[in-house]
Amino acid sequence: MVNQFLFYFFAAMAVISAVLVVTVRNAVHSAIFLITSLLSTAGIYLLLQAQFLFAVQIILYVGGIMVLFVFVIMLVNLDVAVRQIQFNRQKWVAGLVTLAVAALLGMVILQGSQAFTLADGRAPALDPQNTERVGEVLFQKYMLPFEIASILLLVALIGAVVMAKKRI
Amino acid sequence: MIPTSYYLILSLALLTIGVIGVLTRRNVIIVLMSIELILNAVNINLIAFSRHFGSVDGQVFAIFVITAAAAEAAIGLGIIIAFFRNRETVLADEMDLLKW
Repeated sequence: MVNQFLFYFFAAMAVISAVLVVTVRNAVHSAIFLITSLLSTAGIYLLLQAQFLFAVQIILYVGGIMVLFVFVIMLVNLDVAVRQIQFNRQKWVAGLVTLAVAALLGMVILQGSQAFTLADGRAPALDPQNTERVGEVLFQKYMLPFEIASILLLVALIGAVVMAKKRI
Repeated sequence: MIPTSYYLILSLALLTIGVIGVLTRRNVIIVLMSIELILNAVNINLIAFSRHFGSVDGQVFAIFVITAAAAEAAIGLGIIIAFFRNRETVLADEMDLLKW
């Protein structure tokens, strides 16, 4: 079925791009692979019938945050960093501990996967008014976090300007 | 119909790769990009459960996660620029001004 094929395609692209983000030597290549990973995650959101977040992910994450990353990578001198050792001295211990924790979490998910299939039969049909529903909930039930998020963005704006000045 | 646990396994895989990237790389810009991977994995988790329970609250939470990720990326990159202006390095091992 198209749904299954699209899920495996986007999931494989997201995971392979993520591995390449963490592995390649050049930071610009790493940023490009992060962009492809974010785009395939947007595809996953669309498969999960979250149409508003699909658009928000592409516009904000790829079009905003990743552009910022690429600008800063260009500002910082790359030639010296590319020729250095890329992984620090704790890589084996870190990898081992992370894989142990991931195996534990994987076992938890697989043990509990029966609980997730019981309600799958009543999953909602495609909702053409997803954006309207997100807007209603965002501005009625979650009005306080919304305002706090705007203050957070103001603080981040002031902080970024102060950080990037030559003399404060 | 894809079961919810498949999306959770995908989220776990992205989380693992992000955490390995944070703990293992020396270049702090790539560490920041791995943090974005972790936040993305959390978003997939939230939206998968939002569809599973039929409520839109998970998607609203994911919007706030994206907002916080944008703010944190901007500040983090500003700090990297400020540090690079002073010490000419982006490698975490060489940022040892506070070590004894």
